[in-house]
Amino acid sequence: MPEAKIRIVMAKPGLDGHDRGAKVVARALRDAGFEVIYTGLHQTPEMVVTAAIQEDADAIGLSILSGAHMTLFPRVVQLLREKGAGDIVVFGGGIIPGEDVASLKSAGVAEVFTPGASLETIVRWVREHVKPRGVRT
Amino acid sequence: MSDRRTLYGPGDLGRLTYERDLGDPGAYPFTRGIHPSMYRGRLWTMRQFAGFGSAADSNRRFHYLLEHGTTGLSVAFDMPTLMGYDSDHPKALGEVGREGVAIDTVEDMKVLLAGLPLDRVTTSMTINAPANVLLAMYVVAAEEGGFDRADLGGTTQTDMLKEFIAQKEWVVPPRPSMRFIQDMLVFGTRELPRWNIISISGYHIREAGATAAQELAFTLADGIAYVQAGIEAGLDVDVFAPRLSFFFDCHNDFFEEIAKFRAARRMWARIMRERFKATAPRSWWLRFHTQTAGVSLTAQQPLNNIVRVALQALAAVLGGTQSLHTNSMDETYALPTEDAVRVALRTQQIIAHESGVANAADPLGGSYFVEALTNRMEDEAGAYIRKIDDLGGMVRAVELGFPQREIADASFRFQQALERKEKIIVGVNDFVVPEETPIATLRIDPEVERSQIERLRQVRASREEGAARRALAALKAAAESGENTMYPIVDAVRARASVGEICDVYRAVYGEYREPAII
Repeated sequence: MPEAKIRIVMAKPGLDGHDRGAKVVARALRDAGFEVIYTGLHQTPEMVVTAAIQEDADAIGLSILSGAHMTLFPRVVQLLREKGAGDIVVFGGGIIPGEDVASLKSAGVAEVFTPGASLETIVRWVREHVKPRGVRT
Repeated sequence: MSDRRTLYGPGDLGRLTYERDLGDPGAYPFTRGIHPSMYRGRLWTMRQFAGFGSAADSNRRFHYLLEHGTTGLSVAFDMPTLMGYDSDHPKALGEVGREGVAIDTVEDMKVLLAGLPLDRVTTSMTINAPANVLLAMYVVAAEEGGFDRADLGGTTQTDMLKEFIAQKEWVVPPRPSMRFIQDMLVFGTRELPRWNIISISGYHIREAGATAAQELAFTLADGIAYVQAGIEAGLDVDVFAPRLSFFFDCHNDFFEEIAKFRAARRMWARIMRERFKATAPRSWWLRFHTQTAGVSLTAQQPLNNIVRVALQALAAVLGGTQSLHTNSMDETYALPTEDAVRVALRTQQIIAHESGVANAADPLGGSYFVEALTNRMEDEAGAYIRKIDDLGGMVRAVELGFPQREIADASFRFQQALERKEKIIVGVNDFVVPEETPIATLRIDPEVERSQIERLRQVRASREEGAARRALAALKAAAESGENTMYPIVDAVRARASVGEICDVYRAVYGEYREPAII
């Protein structure tokens, strides 16, 4: 049986315009065979969650470099749960100090990639941790 | 640059002739510098970019920097301000005061500037989409503090083209953005003789992943579009061009960066004289500010960043910069601490006062290698500028996504080269240490957001509401007609209208810009 293509919404919540990382990761995931939908910049958590549900995404990749991650990442997770889509895997990256990573994970963010994470590491992680939603129970 | 050879000699100078292509420092085409004596006459301005939290927090940092020998101020605004939203807008959630100072009304600007000698320091404001609002706030705050607007010196960045290309903080689409810039150029020419209205910026283009040649090309092409816009607004090129300034990145490749600065001066001088027929020598000058490359700094082994910054700062000085910001070693984590900022400033002072490199103008001029690189930078950037001209100029090229795509491609190639270890970044893909020692970073108190929103509400509650509404309506009428918008913006600011309220007028008249998503 052919494997269903995993769909990932890549999003930049918040107001910072530093989209270099998000675009490079989006391209790497696409080249690795995933289906990637890039939302563009300046998204509110509500917009990200709506896009993920409409696009029937299996995962959301968030990139933020403005320092607002402690507000915006958990908000995305919380909104997904409220809308019954808590099984969409949320991962993220950006300028995120080490001490914030643990609290983001306990808020339901599956993985946080900090500066220096290689594309290979990110692709491997997605392969291992994101499965098509229908397949999960 | 890829095909570097080991040895360069006279054969690599190609067409170069001294009088035509180099000239002495201070002589056309200014390849060797815009002043005859360069730093012997006057050192570069040490201008450290700062701003965080509330206006009062940032004001304290400015006083600290002035006490430690910084010679010009540079204001960083927070994301909501950059995007023209008030601190209480839903999109501002979590962002207030984080990456810069939160400014909602002229009351905040007055706190930001409290106690500063505004007739003596020059202030650079990194603000673009709402640059007209922040400039108006600076003028009104200064006037209410007893200064004369004619004495105010400084720069607003106001470079919207590079926002659409790279930095991505915008309010309205490219064409109305260009119209606002025209209004500012006219206002600046009439009212603010010491103010540089536009700082044409390659910095953000480079940080977004452009190569050195792309940074040079897209920046000069943006400059061409602004000069064109000024002329179309009815201004004499020799009246406004002398007050255009540039802002470049200084990245790791030492000689390539020096060559970029030298090529930039030569190209701009020729563009201004040959293409725009400017006759005043000052119109031919490319004056520039440099910032070391934030993007080159690493979160790993952050103390190494001090060395990177020192090398980049040295290249900027050897390239003839007029002012310089040195990044702090902790900036990959957060806004810098005072200790980190002090080391960054000391780096410049050591270059200026101890290294001896400031003694001779353009000390690398005549080096076979540097001259060959300078020629090559000019050739590569020149080809891009011709391509952009063919597309119909930079405004059209931006609408077509051309520079955006070139940068996205270059940054992806860079990342791949890194992963294949074709490029080594110390501490990232080689010379890695297993356990990193954490460094102290600046934390922004979340309380800033709440108290800023409270401040904004107080200003709204205490202003004369009718006057604010009337001023906003007058601005709308000016935006809809062809009238200069700067004067009604100044009136609206004086009536205590906020950044968000004024930008809402722009959004109502012109619509909000949405970027075509390019990956």
